[in-house]
Order: sequence, then C-alpha cells, then structure tokens
Amino acid sequence: MERINHMEYMEGMETIPEDIMEEVIARMEAYDYDRYTEADVRRALDSNPLAPEGFAALLSPAAMPFLEDMAKRAREETRKHFGNSVYIFTPIYISNYCENHCVYCGFNCHNRIRRVKLDLDRIEAEMKAISETGLEEILILTGESPAMSDVAYIGEACKIARRYFRMVGLEIYPVNTEEYAYLHDCGADFVTVFQETYNSEKYETLHLAGRKRIFPYRFHAQERALRGGMRGVAFAALLGLDDCRKDAFATGMHAHLIQRKYPHAEISISCPRLCPIINNDRINPKDVHEAQLLQVITAYRIFLPFANITISTRERAAFRDNVIGMAATKISAGVSTGIGGHGGEEGEQGDDQFEISDRRTVDQVYDAIREKGLQPVMNEYVYV
Amino acid sequence: MRNENDKLIIGGHEFTSRFILGSGKYSMELIKAAITHAEAQIITLALRRANTNAGENILDFIPEGVTLLPNTSGARNAAEAVRIARLSREMGCGDFVKIEVIRDSRYLMPDNYETIKATEILAKEGFIVMPYMYPDLNTARDLVNAGAASIMPLASPIGSNKGLCTKEFIKMIVDEISLPVIVDAGIGRPSQACEAMEMGVAAVMANTAIATAGDVAVMAGAFKNAVEAGRMAYLAGLGRIMDKGASASSPLTGFLED
Repeated sequence: MERINHMEYMEGMETIPEDIMEEVIARMEAYDYDRYTEADVRRALDSNPLAPEGFAALLSPAAMPFLEDMAKRAREETRKHFGNSVYIFTPIYISNYCENHCVYCGFNCHNRIRRVKLDLDRIEAEMKAISETGLEEILILTGESPAMSDVAYIGEACKIARRYFRMVGLEIYPVNTEEYAYLHDCGADFVTVFQETYNSEKYETLHLAGRKRIFPYRFHAQERALRGGMRGVAFAALLGLDDCRKDAFATGMHAHLIQRKYPHAEISISCPRLCPIINNDRINPKDVHEAQLLQVITAYRIFLPFANITISTRERAAFRDNVIGMAATKISAGVSTGIGGHGGEEGEQGDDQFEISDRRTVDQVYDAIREKGLQPVMNEYVYV
Repeated sequence: MRNENDKLIIGGHEFTSRFILGSGKYSMELIKAAITHAEAQIITLALRRANTNAGENILDFIPEGVTLLPNTSGARNAAEAVRIARLSREMGCGDFVKIEVIRDSRYLMPDNYETIKATEILAKEGFIVMPYMYPDLNTARDLVNAGAASIMPLASPIGSNKGLCTKEFIKMIVDEISLPVIVDAGIGRPSQACEAMEMGVAAVMANTAIATAGDVAVMAGAFKNAVEAGRMAYLAGLGRIMDKGASASSPLTGFLED
C-alpha cells in the first residue's frame, strides 16, 4: 500500500503557525551530543536556571558519570517547587478502536485484539468504581478512532467524569482548536499528546497509516489545546523508538517553547520507554536502560523545574518509588490499560495497550509515598 | 521574648504572632508540629488542597484557634480568584482571603492588575483581603484604595529561598503605606526573615523554607525567634549605619563661632 506524505495535512485538519515546530526540529537536528565534555556538564550543573545548551549537555553521554550529581540537583529543584507533594491519578481507557497503523502499538488497527468501546453506562460504572478508591484525578484515554470514539462521545465521558472527579485530563487523538474548546466546556482541562519520536523520518516509518501519520498536526496538538482554553498540556517521546537523547532534547525544548509562548500553561512531561506488547515480541525493551531513563528524567527536572513529571506504570515499583520525590511528581495507581478493567460492571473487556510493571492498588501506592516521608495528594486544582 | 502589647492588627483582628506559616509542600503530620513550634496564629492554605475528599484533608491537621488564611492559588485572573474566595467562604474557611492571581507557570509571578480587580470586588463583599503582589508602590496604593487589609509583597520568586531580592522596593511600600506590610515568598532563612522585620515590615510569611527543612519543627522555632528578634530590633530603633565610611571626627562645620 502506498503511504501518504506524512508532512501534509489531511482535509479538515486545522493549521496554525509552525514557529515552535521549526525551532524544535532545527535544534534537535543540530544537537550533536558527542561533542559535550565533562566541563560542559559541570558548567550545566552549576548554572541556574539551566539554558537549553546546558540541558543538551545533561542529556549527553558525558553526563552519565554525573548521574548522582544530577539526581541531587533534581531532588533540590523538586523540593523547592513541589515540596513533599506527590500527585496520584489513574488512567481510564474507554475505547481501544484505532484507525492508525503504528508498528509498535498494541492498539494498532492490524493487531488482532479484542476491541471494546464502553457505552456511557459502563463508563459511569467504571468511574464510580475508580472514585471509590479515593482518587480525584482521572485521565481519559481512547484509541485513535474519530469514527468509533468521536468528540461528542468523549465529551459525554468528560461530563460523567466531572461528577466523580475533581480533575479530568484527556489523552486522545489530536483534534482542532474548537473541538478542544468543546471538550474543555465538557469538563476536561488537561491534554496529553505523545509525539512518540521527534525525528520525522523515523516517525514516518513507524506510523504507516491513519491520521496519526501526519507529523505536524500531532506536533501542534498542545498549542491547539491551549488555544481551546485548556489549563495545561503534557508532552512525551516514547523513549527507545529512536535516538532517545535527541528525542528527550526535543521533548524538553517543545515544552520549554510552549511555556514561553503561553506563560500561563501548566506543563507536564511523561517519560515512557518502549515496553513489550501483545503479538510483537521483537521490540527490545532494553534499548533505554534505567540509568539512561533516569538521566533523561533528572535532566527534564533541572531544565523545567516547574513542570510536573509523570512516572509510568511501565516501570517497576522500586524504580517509581525512588524517582518520586527526586524528580517525578505524578504517579498513576490502580492502573489497567485494558478496557473495562476497573470492575465497575460486568461486561466484555478489551485487550491492553501495553504491559504494565507496577500493578499496585491506589492504597498501596498511597502507603508507599507515605513511607518515603512524602505527601500523597489527590487533588491539586479547584474548578471555579 | 514576645511583647504581648505589640499587636499585629489585620482587618480589625488582633494577633501577637508576626509569623505567618504556609501549609503547602508538607507531609501532613508535620504541619501541626510546625504550627506549634512557630507559635503561628495565622496559617495559609490553598483552597485547591482543602477542597478534597481524600482521607487526609489539610483542614484536619490545623489546630483549633488558628486563623485560616485561604489563598486563591490556581486562579489565573480576577474572576477566578473571586470565585475561589466565595467557595472558600462557603466551605467555612472564614472571611480572610489571600489573593493570588498567577498566569505564569514558570516563575509564578503574581499579576498585579488582576489582583487589584479581585481585591476591589472581594473587599466590597466583606472579605478581609490580603493581596499577594509584586512590590510596586503604585500597585500598593491602588490596593489600599481597593480595600485591602494588608499588602503582601514578594521578597523573591516563590519557593526560591533567595531572600530579600526586592528589599528597596518593599522599603518604599513600608515607608509610604499605612496598612500592615507582610513579606511573602522567597524567604529562605531565619536571618532573612529577621532582616525583613528589622526594616519595619509588620509580619513575615514562609513556607518552603520550613516545609523542606531537615527538621521541620526546629526550623519553625528558628523562624519564630528570628521574626521576634527582628521586630524587637525595629522597635528598639536600629543604630546608625554609615553608607560611606565613618563619620569624620573633626566636623566640617567645626570652624563656626557665633
């Protein structure tokens, strides 16, 4: 099948000025991490605030021997900006239908998995069950199918969510500004979009078909969300898809430039790395090792000290517990990446997007945070 | 050490403590110890934190008799600050409100213009309004006219622990404004709190410096003592400090005879 040009917008996709994308891509392409020296890393660790050039140094191989120093500096920044607080939330997958063909993803349209879309009654039952665990923040996710899970359906899910939760975030396919505005009116106010990789050539080889194939439309999703009235936006590269140093650098720069252009925006970063998925064992999850992942997370913290950093359930419990308080400020708990997995009501269940490593309940994660002398926080915002 | 006759008066309410404690960024069980050791009588709290069903609500950790000062953190404009303040009153948090309007996620700098607007609306509704602001004399005057009960200029960026970066500008407000001036944000050490009190501010507020200290209770006590020492020094009248060298022992006007 012939693949369409991944840099050309499809019909109906809104275009906005591309200044941020141009700068991020240019800087990422110019980023030669092998040229950084020990002296560059030391200078970066001594500078405050950290400029993009220092961020680049901290992501370089030369910084690996300084991981302990980076962890200490990250911890200082985290404590200054967030004190002892660690926020808890959980994702809810409401549909796993997907029209994209992304070679690494368990939801991709050619993967033979059980597909389910929760109806509104089941969404309500699931959300009620989740809220009874004490959680007050929820992240609504769908597979990327505007046909099977359209904006109106997601909007209804947001309205239900607002009855049970104090904060509602979205991790759905990118939409236009007016659709983000509609979803904001329905009760969501935070939008997460993973760019996966910022290398558009690599991106093209991984996203073979579907709306997700259009690289620039995805790139500008956060900006459209903010223009649509969302309070905040989250960024991520799926580390291990491509060169993780370059992708981490681009992710940080993307977040940095968005905050510069929209100073009120709350910024959040996620740090997923590739995990094994159903029907595809060829992907090697060891591409990005824990030390490298920690280098990336601590570099994010030092560069963007004000940003929330979320640590994924893909990581093992001990890793997550050590990263909170040091660099991460948000942790998910009681996670199921399948559909209908929260036991709200009997019914057909859809397969998971990826395998999780940390299967602890909300209470277990809550207690683990307390045991570290940190404060679990269920709610950090008040809608008025 | 504390002079019980030296009262801090805000909106008609009298306090003998001049140290206001922030309640964010703590582990909950430490809040009570901090309040006790600081001997604080006013505690700020973020309404967004108090507005929870979670097992641990910050309100349960604040002792009886302590005055709550809810803040409007999370508000990005005057309208949101006003709505948060009204919600706070409905939740039984009293009439005090600290206005925080911030639309800058990096430095968390307060928006003075929106703060003035919110102050005017809430003062008319009977709130005791304590606005957090960037220390600008014109804004301070506008806040007085808008009905503020105190002025709360920042010492340096919030959470930075950098101390009195804005000292000269706070001094102008202390000299020109008759409301209590309370230094808020950026105070990282007891010595900085003491220095602020020496220059005549009415009270000091601190949070991060205590919440993230190695020993929260001991640091709370250190701040209490520093604030009281600074206040005593101010009341005593500081000795002369020469800007440029020592005073000449042979005065230039010593030749005058009649």
